[in-house]
Amino acid sequence: MEHRFSSVQQVRDSLKHVNYLADDGIAGVAFLADRLAKPILVEGPAGTGKTQLAKSVAEMLGARLIRLQCYEGLDESKALYEWNYKKQLLRIQADRNSDSWSEVHDDIFSREFLLTRPLLEAISAPDPVVLLIDEVDRVEVETEALLLEILSEYQVSIPELGTITATQIPMVFLTSNNTRELSEALKRRCLYLHVDYPSMEREKEIVLAKVPDITENLADQVARIVRSIRQLDLKKAPSVSETLDWARTMMLLNIDSIDAQTAKETLHVLLKYQSDITKAAKELSVGLT
Amino acid sequence: MLDLLSGFVQELRNAGLPVSLTENLDAMEAVRHIPLEDRDAFKYALGATMVKNSAHWRSFETVFEVYFSMRGPEYKIGEGTEDELEQMWREMQEQLEQQQGEGKGSSGGMDSLTPEEIAQMLMKALMNGDQGLMRALAKQSVQRFAGMEPGRPVGGTYYLYRTLRNLDLDNMLQKLMEASRQEVGGELTALEERLEKDEYESRIDQFKKEIEAEIRRRLVADRGAEAMAKTLRKPLPEDVEFMHASRDEMQALKKSLYPLTRKLAARLARKRRHGRKGPLDFRNTVRHSLSYGGTPAEPKFKQPRPSKPELMVVADISGSVAAFARFTLMLVYAIQGQFSKVRSFVFIDGIDEVTEFFKGTDDISEAIHRVNTEADVVWVDGHSDYGHAFEVFWDKYGKDVGPKTTVLFLGDARNNYHASQAWVIKEVRAKARRVYWLNPEPKSYWNTGDSIVGEYATHTDGAYECRNLRQLEAFVEKLA
Repeated sequence: MEHRFSSVQQVRDSLKHVNYLADDGIAGVAFLADRLAKPILVEGPAGTGKTQLAKSVAEMLGARLIRLQCYEGLDESKALYEWNYKKQLLRIQADRNSDSWSEVHDDIFSREFLLTRPLLEAISAPDPVVLLIDEVDRVEVETEALLLEILSEYQVSIPELGTITATQIPMVFLTSNNTRELSEALKRRCLYLHVDYPSMEREKEIVLAKVPDITENLADQVARIVRSIRQLDLKKAPSVSETLDWARTMMLLNIDSIDAQTAKETLHVLLKYQSDITKAAKELSVGLT
Repeated sequence: MLDLLSGFVQELRNAGLPVSLTENLDAMEAVRHIPLEDRDAFKYALGATMVKNSAHWRSFETVFEVYFSMRGPEYKIGEGTEDELEQMWREMQEQLEQQQGEGKGSSGGMDSLTPEEIAQMLMKALMNGDQGLMRALAKQSVQRFAGMEPGRPVGGTYYLYRTLRNLDLDNMLQKLMEASRQEVGGELTALEERLEKDEYESRIDQFKKEIEAEIRRRLVADRGAEAMAKTLRKPLPEDVEFMHASRDEMQALKKSLYPLTRKLAARLARKRRHGRKGPLDFRNTVRHSLSYGGTPAEPKFKQPRPSKPELMVVADISGSVAAFARFTLMLVYAIQGQFSKVRSFVFIDGIDEVTEFFKGTDDISEAIHRVNTEADVVWVDGHSDYGHAFEVFWDKYGKDVGPKTTVLFLGDARNNYHASQAWVIKEVRAKARRVYWLNPEPKSYWNTGDSIVGEYATHTDGAYECRNLRQLEAFVEKLA
């Protein structure tokens, strides 16, 4: 099999090219996932760019992104495949007289009557694809088992039809917000990547890359204030996407240097709980005590 | 390489990380694709294949540092920056000499620097955030201040303490702040000051880490990786004992408590929703059987009614067990949606209700802080007196205990040889739905010395050892 990437550095550079700033860990794991042909399980707080990573990798490879959004109650017929009952029924009615029973029987369980759902689509696609299984922690533990075959063997077994094996091994990303412990079986099949809040330098670069026309000075201030806020004991620390929103707010308000007053007035972009806002406002204005 | 990796995996397992055979094989496979010279990539490759829980990352890092710091050069994954450091030193030296004029022109060599000069250099490095220089200084200060002797059976923390004492980093922070104030020329605004301080703090932190790493490297060189790994082995956050946690561990515990409560709440809510059907509803079945001509063809079941207990938490918050009480209260309040009502009481030798502190505030840690500072729990001398506290509890709040109430007593039952008044527990049990006792001490310590937990436990529905987050979580799940 051909490898997609030649080195860790190349992954990093190409990701940067599509405006995703990866750190060593992210680039390294993406590289390994390609080499070992293994899925990546991405875990971390909300809003740190887990889903974006899959999107960016797809963009960078020029591949189609197939996304399976997980939710409670997700089942086989929504994730893997489903038989097209109506079409089957029509088929039976259309030539009720001509064919013998066994012919019809064989006929109605063929590829023609199969509705592919994201997982099956990902492995049967002829073109390069990236499969994103989003928020996998939302499905029940039992439903996780659905994923196991496809994640380890890249194949789907359909009782009536046989086994469909992948023509090419897609890159697979699973994301999880860590609301529950995933099963050992699932974890064992994946490479594990923990994406945390970025370091201050990286966050500044992200702001510079994602917010057009922002000055270096402002980006630096934004990143530093956000870091200070993250150190507080908050209900929900500001995520990277919220940092970006905040930086954009500053741009819209035509502010080129943040003082305590502006920071306090725009905190609600950054923090979403009233108690957090009060606390941060207090901390920021008091400063050194 | 194989030997090294299997030794490494063995140590990870010893440290409590579950590394399965397939994961081990994956790691071996992964290492083949990674250039060995790239130490970071190597670390992430091992991490991605073997560590599947972010809380375990720290333990992994420690083991990794120990195993691959010294064996590095052999396998070409070492720091490899010795020459660079030397170079940096020389440059530094020159700069310094220029600054100070010709006074010490000929001295050369880093060992001749005075401590003041080192401090000065450090300050400069911290001001500019110069990583290379910081690393070099860490090396130098360990060599100079730690006074490490081969074969001396002292832990790394001792050397760390000695080094840091000589560097006086707290003072350094003050000086740095002064310097940046001067740079701006006058006063900083409060916001700027705060930002500057955070910046320097993080740099100093980084410097401390460098020092730790250096000490560790030296210790490994002295004693070998296996021995060091054993002494440095740290319990995973969920296994840290409440009663013996250090300050850092407490911080880590607090951090892991929040996601844990979220997980717990999600799990409990799910359980409630997906609860199995209740017992057969006879009446309903018969009524529906009429439409089948009297045959009970469609059995009907009662809706399950998961109990939402009322909870009363009575916690000892004296000295050693305070941390435990705090965690339990935090946990209970974080999932209070699972209970119909939560009331909490804290005591040392007097008892006080603290339910009000938790009402109308989202911020549990703030409430806990108020509990610690405002609750009126001292009656005579501030030494634990379970007997008196329970007596008052019964007099004042006993009437509120009803058949729906679950009462939770938290404490080590070290009663300072006061009267036990165990009859209170007995009375409470007669009225309440359930009574439990949670003890943060290991079971083998129970009923030794002045601990009289056995005396109370006989009147409860169960007394549980609750030494770490794992046990606490298991208990709370059972409770709700």
